[in-house]
Amino acid sequence: MAERPEDLNLPNAVITRIIKEALPDGVNISKEARSAISRAASVFVLANNFAMKGKRKTLNASDVLSAMEEMEFQRFVTPLKEALEAYRREQKGKKEASEQKKKDKDKKTDAEEQDKSRDEDNEEDEERLEEEEQNEEEEVDN
Amino acid sequence: MADAVAGRDKCGEPRLVSLPLSRIRVIMKSSPEVSSINQEALVLTAKATELFVQHLAACSYRRGSGRERKALTYTDLSKTAEELETFQFLADILPKKILASKYLKMLKEKRDEDEEENDSGDGNDGDEAES
Repeated sequence: MAERPEDLNLPNAVITRIIKEALPDGVNISKEARSAISRAASVFVLANNFAMKGKRKTLNASDVLSAMEEMEFQRFVTPLKEALEAYRREQKGKKEASEQKKKDKDKKTDAEEQDKSRDEDNEEDEERLEEEEQNEEEEVDN
Repeated sequence: MADAVAGRDKCGEPRLVSLPLSRIRVIMKSSPEVSSINQEALVLTAKATELFVQHLAACSYRRGSGRERKALTYTDLSKTAEELETFQFLADILPKKILASKYLKMLKEKRDEDEEENDSGDGNDGDEAES
């Protein structure tokens, strides 16, 4: 499969934003520096692959965590574990939300209760948003 | 799969991960070591890459050439790759910049060295194996 060169690179806008988050306000990043960091990021992913080589057929979260240790990036392990938990909570929330929507959809087939369930939907959306705010991941300090 | 350029999802909440997962997957699949990746591993790899980018940028900035503190330059990065053990795997892709004339001189000197070695290398005798 032929891959275009840009496909193996990460988008400039996102890379730039991530870099800016790590540096004090007002610091400029030269174009060369940005592109170098982008290349470094791709190499990092490849090095990560290599560290996970041959572990099992389908790589999972704990493979990534042990690869970090192997590459001597232990400092990443804790923030990664936090991110994993937040991700799992988010996925669980989404699953519950879609199951709830399904239940509501079944309710709606009853013509008399149509207005009532629309109000209930709004209430549930608000509750879900509140939960997500509480579960928000904090910024990582370096 | 949603590409996260804006950094926020549909509800306006900040995303866990900014880098596009589809792109991370493409990079991972480009090497034969990896056959398949589960979704969590993909998210964690993306997040780890972000942490790495920040770590590299912050370290390079801190170690940067004293005067110009308002910018992060290529040289800052290249120096960091050379000097810090953590980033040494990047040394090849972040080489120091040198003038073409200097590089030519280096090549010439190396060629001269190689020639010298070849001249003095014929001291060995034939087989000394006992039968």
